[in-house]
Amino acid sequence: MALPAYATAPQRLWHYTYLGICAVVLFFLVMPLIAVIPLSFSTSPFLHFTPEFLRLEPDAFSLRWYRQMIGDCSDPGITTVCSDRWKDGAWNSLRIGIAATILATTLGILCALGLSRPHMPFRKGIMALMISPLIVPLIITASGLFFAFAKWQLVSTFTGMILAHTVLGLPFVVITVTATLVGFDTNLMKAAASLGGTPVRSFFKVQLPLITPGVISGALFAFITSFDEVVIVLFIGGQNQITLPRQMWSGIRQEISPIILAVATILVILSILLLTTIELLRRRSERLRGVSPG
Amino acid sequence: MATLENTAPGALLTVDGTPLKVSLARSLRRSKLRGALLVLPAMLFLIIIFVIPIAQLLSRSVDDTLVNRALPRTFVAFESWNRQSLPAEAMFEAIFLDITTGEKYTVGKATTRMNYEKPGWRSLIKKSGRKFKKKIKGPPYRDAMIKIDKRWGDVTFWQTLGAMKDPQTLGYFLNAVDRQYDVNKHVIMKEKERRVYVMLWWRTLLLSLIVTVGCLAMAYPVAHLLATLPLRYSNLLMICVLMPFWTSLLVRIVAWMVMLQNNGVVNSTLVWTGILDDEDRLSMMYNFTGTVIVMIQILLPFMILPIYSVMKTIPPSYMRAAQNLGAPPSLAFLKVYLPQTLPGVGAGVILVFIVAIGYYITPELVGGKDGQLIGNMIAYHMQKSLNWGLAAAMGTLLLAAILLLYWVYDRIVGIDNMRMN
Repeated sequence: MALPAYATAPQRLWHYTYLGICAVVLFFLVMPLIAVIPLSFSTSPFLHFTPEFLRLEPDAFSLRWYRQMIGDCSDPGITTVCSDRWKDGAWNSLRIGIAATILATTLGILCALGLSRPHMPFRKGIMALMISPLIVPLIITASGLFFAFAKWQLVSTFTGMILAHTVLGLPFVVITVTATLVGFDTNLMKAAASLGGTPVRSFFKVQLPLITPGVISGALFAFITSFDEVVIVLFIGGQNQITLPRQMWSGIRQEISPIILAVATILVILSILLLTTIELLRRRSERLRGVSPG
Repeated sequence: MATLENTAPGALLTVDGTPLKVSLARSLRRSKLRGALLVLPAMLFLIIIFVIPIAQLLSRSVDDTLVNRALPRTFVAFESWNRQSLPAEAMFEAIFLDITTGEKYTVGKATTRMNYEKPGWRSLIKKSGRKFKKKIKGPPYRDAMIKIDKRWGDVTFWQTLGAMKDPQTLGYFLNAVDRQYDVNKHVIMKEKERRVYVMLWWRTLLLSLIVTVGCLAMAYPVAHLLATLPLRYSNLLMICVLMPFWTSLLVRIVAWMVMLQNNGVVNSTLVWTGILDDEDRLSMMYNFTGTVIVMIQILLPFMILPIYSVMKTIPPSYMRAAQNLGAPPSLAFLKVYLPQTLPGVGAGVILVFIVAIGYYITPELVGGKDGQLIGNMIAYHMQKSLNWGLAAAMGTLLLAAILLLYWVYDRIVGIDNMRMN
């Protein structure tokens, strides 16, 4: 995308304007996330940069919000509610997320295998049904589940949360695994069968290892969706199911305390690590396949 | 099982003697069955935990059986009333008996419903329920009831029963678009000061449009840059696009609060650089502007990614060829490049619009008063006012709009082409 040597002056001008616009947009995307990080180390109980902080006075920096986040309430200057709720919420989110991901991945792989068969009837209709949880607004899903779960005594239960989050994660697994299966050579399964493998055994020994990338990315999407989900938990979480997003929600609505910045920083850093890992893995697999990037 | 006798001579047979055609058909059937069995668990799961609950929610939008169950005699008497003058003794007797003999819980629920038609019904029936038994021993009821509460003599109260007499109603849908039934079940506009929802629908539509256009304007150049840079650099920039995508929604909202609030980063920077005076800091949070800014940032990746994936497939030689044939760069872009990117643009636009129109979290947290959307109104009627019929009606309208867009989306890109990575 370099400018050719024969570019005229207006072309040059336009080119740099264009690069400038791109820079502004990328800045707009990333800037707020970056701004959160330093502020989480501030001593001040407000969500803005204090003059002391900007002058880099050592007193203006502390880890107090991180300590309060993990439930350490020994800080004498505590002005906000300090409790184990953040820690408990994180654990609860993790447990619900993992359970929902396992359930969604299992159901999703089976479904994708069925959909990828050459003679599957009603393929399009089933696919549309599978994707529908992504299309229906969460507020409608949450309202529907609220009435149904109230009838089935699932409101405010762990099981209810897992079932609801499985619904949201299922489309991602079905989409990614179906997409991966398009490139799968079915002759391999025939070869496995001719060598005496039962369908189940050949699936685990031959097919699953080959479609693992798709499965992992689907599972990752399902997990992130569950881990980040707040509307459904607000409707059906009741008193018992406090997840991390729900805790953040009440953190934003009621007691705007910088603990939320500490949590945000950790989540931003986690997502950077995650992306870097994916990118490195991608480069590695490309290298192994003998394709060099760029 | 086909046998050798009914097989035409000369037909191809498999090893066990079955005609090939039969054998193939059988294996095809078995393959289909296997496919169905694989799909079945996920389908059943979705139908039970997703489709049925939503269908039941939507059915609430037309359900009006409650009032009919609570006041059966009244609605029978209603049929023979002329609907203009005050009803006759028979109707007073009917409602008296319904209120005094009916199950208290059912009547209580029904009065909430009646209050939607005309505020005052609930307090009227509650008060009457207490006093009827004590003060009225027997017929005639009419004058005794009016003596207990003047409102029984008000014909407008009686007239609202007309809107509720059928077990199915479109009343909630009418309410969702600021209309109501009159006594003869004709549709009329609500009183001026009670009209709120049409404005809200327009606002939701307007905000979704602004967000979509904003996203498109910002996404197009970035997607182009990402698609044309060498992979080594574009991957780095891609991380900038994907990082917000992967970061928790609530974290991004908190981040924007830090940026946009009155003494947030943006305002402080503007004041510090002297562009703004300290007194007239921009208010960009808890209003319409705030919702737009935050939603654009949140939905931008949904626009960039589909456009990028289409641009990636356009060979750069096309633009060079166009310029080689004498087109100035701008014309080459308009005539050659832009039309080829339209599928990606269409996909991104519809995707962003669908997500934006049903948004709830962001407007709730940063919208303040004039940034509230339909989604927030549904949540309000679900959780606070408990007018579930109205919430269901609004949800049905919203869902219908979204399914229409989804159908268009399917036409343009096909749901099979939805890619996540």
